[in-house]
Amino acid sequence: MTDWPILSTVTFLPLVGAALILAIRDDNEIGRRNIRNVALLTTGFTFVLSLLVWVGFNTNEAGFQMVENSAWLDTGISYHMGVDGISMLFVILTTFLMPLCVLASWESVQKRVKAYMVAFLLLESMMIGVFCALDIVLFYIFFEAGLIPMFIIIGVWGGPRRVYASFKFFLFTFLGSVLMLLAIMAMYWDAGTTSIPELLNHQFPASMQTWLWLAFFASFAVKMPMWPVHTWLPDAHVEAPTAGSVILAGILLKLGGYGFLRFSLPMFPIASNELAPFVFTLSVMAIMYTSLVALMQQDIKKLIAYSSVAHMGYVTMGIFAANVQGVQGGIFQMLSHGLVSGALFLCVGVIYDRLHTREIAAYGGLVNNMPKYAMALMVFTMANVGLPGTSGFVGEFLTLIGVFQVNTWVAFFATTGVILSACYALWLYRRVIFGALEKETLKSMLDLTTRERVILYPLIALVIFFGVYPTPVFNVTAASVDQLVNHYQAALQSAHDVATSIK
Amino acid sequence: MYIAIVFLPLIGAIVAGLFGRSVGAKNAEYITCGFMGVSAVLSWIAFISMGFGGGEGFHVEVMRWMTSGDLQVNWQLRIDTLTTVMLVVVTTVSTLVHVYSIGYMHDDPHKQRFFSYLSLFSFAMLMLVTSNNLLQMFFGWEGVGLASYLLIGFWYKRPSACAAAMKAFIVNRVGDFGFALGIFAVFVLFGSISFDTIFANAPDFLNGGNGEPVINLFGLELSRQGALTGTCLLLFMGAMGKSAQFLLHTWLPDAMEGPTPVSALIHAATMVTAGVFLVARMSPLFEQAPVALEFITIVGSFTAFFAATIGLVQTDIKRVIAYSTCSQLGYMFAAMGVGAYGAGIFHLFTHAFFKALLFLCAGSVIHAVHDEQDMRRMGGLRKHIPKTYWTMVIGTLALTGFGIPFTLIGTAGFISKDAIIEASLMADTPLAGFAFWMLVIAAILTSFYSWRLIFMTFHGKPRASADVMHHVHESPNVMLVPLYVLSIGALFAGMIFKGFFFGHHYEEFWKGSLFTLPANHLVETYENIPEWASLMPFLAMAIGFVVAWYFYIRSPETPRRTAEQFWGLHRFLLNKWYIDELYDFLFVRPVKRLGTFLWKQGDGATIDHYGPDGVAARVQDITGRVVKLQSGYLYHYAFAMLIGVAALVTWMMFGSAIQ
Repeated sequence: MTDWPILSTVTFLPLVGAALILAIRDDNEIGRRNIRNVALLTTGFTFVLSLLVWVGFNTNEAGFQMVENSAWLDTGISYHMGVDGISMLFVILTTFLMPLCVLASWESVQKRVKAYMVAFLLLESMMIGVFCALDIVLFYIFFEAGLIPMFIIIGVWGGPRRVYASFKFFLFTFLGSVLMLLAIMAMYWDAGTTSIPELLNHQFPASMQTWLWLAFFASFAVKMPMWPVHTWLPDAHVEAPTAGSVILAGILLKLGGYGFLRFSLPMFPIASNELAPFVFTLSVMAIMYTSLVALMQQDIKKLIAYSSVAHMGYVTMGIFAANVQGVQGGIFQMLSHGLVSGALFLCVGVIYDRLHTREIAAYGGLVNNMPKYAMALMVFTMANVGLPGTSGFVGEFLTLIGVFQVNTWVAFFATTGVILSACYALWLYRRVIFGALEKETLKSMLDLTTRERVILYPLIALVIFFGVYPTPVFNVTAASVDQLVNHYQAALQSAHDVATSIK
Repeated sequence: MYIAIVFLPLIGAIVAGLFGRSVGAKNAEYITCGFMGVSAVLSWIAFISMGFGGGEGFHVEVMRWMTSGDLQVNWQLRIDTLTTVMLVVVTTVSTLVHVYSIGYMHDDPHKQRFFSYLSLFSFAMLMLVTSNNLLQMFFGWEGVGLASYLLIGFWYKRPSACAAAMKAFIVNRVGDFGFALGIFAVFVLFGSISFDTIFANAPDFLNGGNGEPVINLFGLELSRQGALTGTCLLLFMGAMGKSAQFLLHTWLPDAMEGPTPVSALIHAATMVTAGVFLVARMSPLFEQAPVALEFITIVGSFTAFFAATIGLVQTDIKRVIAYSTCSQLGYMFAAMGVGAYGAGIFHLFTHAFFKALLFLCAGSVIHAVHDEQDMRRMGGLRKHIPKTYWTMVIGTLALTGFGIPFTLIGTAGFISKDAIIEASLMADTPLAGFAFWMLVIAAILTSFYSWRLIFMTFHGKPRASADVMHHVHESPNVMLVPLYVLSIGALFAGMIFKGFFFGHHYEEFWKGSLFTLPANHLVETYENIPEWASLMPFLAMAIGFVVAWYFYIRSPETPRRTAEQFWGLHRFLLNKWYIDELYDFLFVRPVKRLGTFLWKQGDGATIDHYGPDGVAARVQDITGRVVKLQSGYLYHYAFAMLIGVAALVTWMMFGSAIQ
């Protein structure tokens, strides 16, 4: 098992599937069915393979594992892959959500099925690559390349304002990334290497750290997205097809948080420490502001999109609290949000497929003819609200307890999100699900089909399982997070010592 | 055995909820009732062996929950006397309510769902009372909140039920906000949220350190004493939400939209007492935070008075009882506040019996008069439903505290409520007098509205339509038997258990599960109360009864005249002190306006306008102008070239010359 490049296999297997699909003609029904089947099989097989990564993962080891390293381009930039406790579960999350996305697009996507599936498989490959890359240039390539398929997915298969949304998405994220590219060049110039493990041990000068931190921040904050650069997200979500929203909320948003954990915090500890109040302010703004905005939305997807921004506020807040609870909470919150928000968008997709509108006002009383759907949505709504016993609670609680130790005011304002999230989520649920079934258009809507149940029920099980027994996740993350936090504290301590000795 | 007590209801809930259709409605009822019954029997065994046997407290390990750095949280059951008392209360009332519901929900098409929710609630409540750390308690805390939300909104077709369900959840969340912050503060102070660690360190907590600040709580540098006070106040905020204390009480009356058995189980006997339980459980902290205790005394005794005043004028039979619950919870908190934890829990225990009884009787009445809840359309039902009438009178006697003064003979409420009132006078706090008089006045009001309810419902001439009166019928036995059982509790629970909960056997019974400082001798001293004071509760009860009798039996004209005379006060009470309106004005509408403002003005008109849309517009402006340059006329280009050449030549001539 040691010699077998499992990470590369998992990363590029979707591309093999994409190549197969390219060979199929999609001008008849049988061809389209084959395309879907191939996509499903590929993503499913990738998921199963990625589980081997988890099985083979040594939870006591804090550093990178399953490392593959070979020279590339002959310039010092190398093809360097590996996972540690922070990145490994994101790989699994990606491979897990993908088959569900393919299933969710089974019937709703009818035009250009071939291109659609190819775009998704490409996207999967790029995203797994981001989490596995151990060379900063390789990371950047995967990070940017992932934008293109998403841009196309929104722009081609999206709703009426898809072009506006896709450009807004692309320009926002691209602008941030350009600054990151500059920072990457500066880092190479200072450290003389592009290898992430080496950069992690390199100490950047304090003055430089601030600029590098800001450049990376520009990129990751847009991805996250943090307030006030979040406005692309609601538009992108509203216009994207269901599966696109799932990937966007489930994985793409996590790239920002992952970036903070991989680069900002360990590589620029002094700057992180200095700028933490700034991050806290933005996070608290995100939580309160976007929760309030979410409250007044009339479009279901927009409401969930805004709630995603609020939940990502907990993540940034926890990460920059820079203690074990905060960081682990941040990671857990990202994973859980990947499941919960993904599931919520899938739920919206279910009714969108039937009625072709996302207006909240068009619904009401669905519990009468869709009891199973009502039950599923209830579980996910409660997870979104952060009810203990669902996975949403664990992350929220840990990030809050982490930040409380650093600054109680931040915790105070962030905890108001607990109240506000209950307001918008329950109000949404009430308007869509409860009430008498009076609207004529809704009366013929059928409950979940088998395909939809296959998509949603595993998510319900996981959301509850990780709420009650999150230990498997903590086992994986503990060693790496401990190392990260210790490293961070030590760096701060030594910087502090230097400062006092100069005085 | 303890695991069975807690998890049997969960199994019942899952079977009835997920497999309800395949097992059928009847079986779902039997399964949930059966599991609850087994759980209740086991609870009584546990209670007797723990409270009256020699057993020490211990805990049962279930599994790990989360581990993150220093933070270790396990699923664990903490078994001590306080737990077993709560176990008995929860499982007994829950079983009776399950059985009662078989009759009450007979015609409802969604019985499986109802029973599943009821069992789910019981499970969450049991998790709450058996928890061995604050987080598991929070799990139960929110779990009962969820079950309450689901059950209040059970009849989802009614908009009012959906609104009430949401309101209950959200107002509770406001309390949970404080509770959560309290948990964080405890973690910072004690480095753990497990009760074992907290209780082991709490007694010496104040002696440690040297007065330096231990926590910065919201800008305040707090010493150990201050930190403890702050923490306790935050925790108490959670208790206020769940137990519907003044300012966070607004959800409870609205919660009456749920089916009546739900009101009996959740909004009278168990869930709403969780706040009281929290304070009792955390008594090692509260006992050392006198400022927090004073605050609790004020809130508790004021709520007792405040809720009772509203209860005076309500006409919905369930709302009267709901306000009564709110008021009685105030009593319990007042007891906590003055340091009489045993008395508070004792009242919780007895209250569960007689308040559940009152609610179930009310349900039986509502059932009899075809879902009518307005007392103005009842009256004269005594002859038609005598069994309900008599059990309800027993409940009322217990609530108002009927008994023989200076003896220990009386109904449950007589013993437990009087213990609180007496303890509140004798307590060693500056607020003792305030609490005492508030509670006595509340006792007068309690007696008045309770008897008013009985008189308006059962006595006088029937005010319902002849058609309804024609169909009035006594409830089936499946509903009456629970009433009988609860009646026995309402009559005798006080007399039997007094000595243990708050009397001579206090120490042996509680075995330290309620913490009191060595200086707190309330258990012994409250007996030395002056005679006039010990007579006050009885007098209060009698006054309330006589006035109610005069108003509603003797001269039924009086209520209307009094209402007209004091119309301002009457309207004020009828509108519940206008607190809902105030909140709507202060919070609901501004928040909605703010949300819209931030969305339209913040996101739309500011960020997007100056951000992407603005940039895009500028780019288009500029490119638009650039496009215009490409006119296609040759002489335009030639002219531009000429200017360029001229500029170049000029630069070459003068530019070099300057150098």
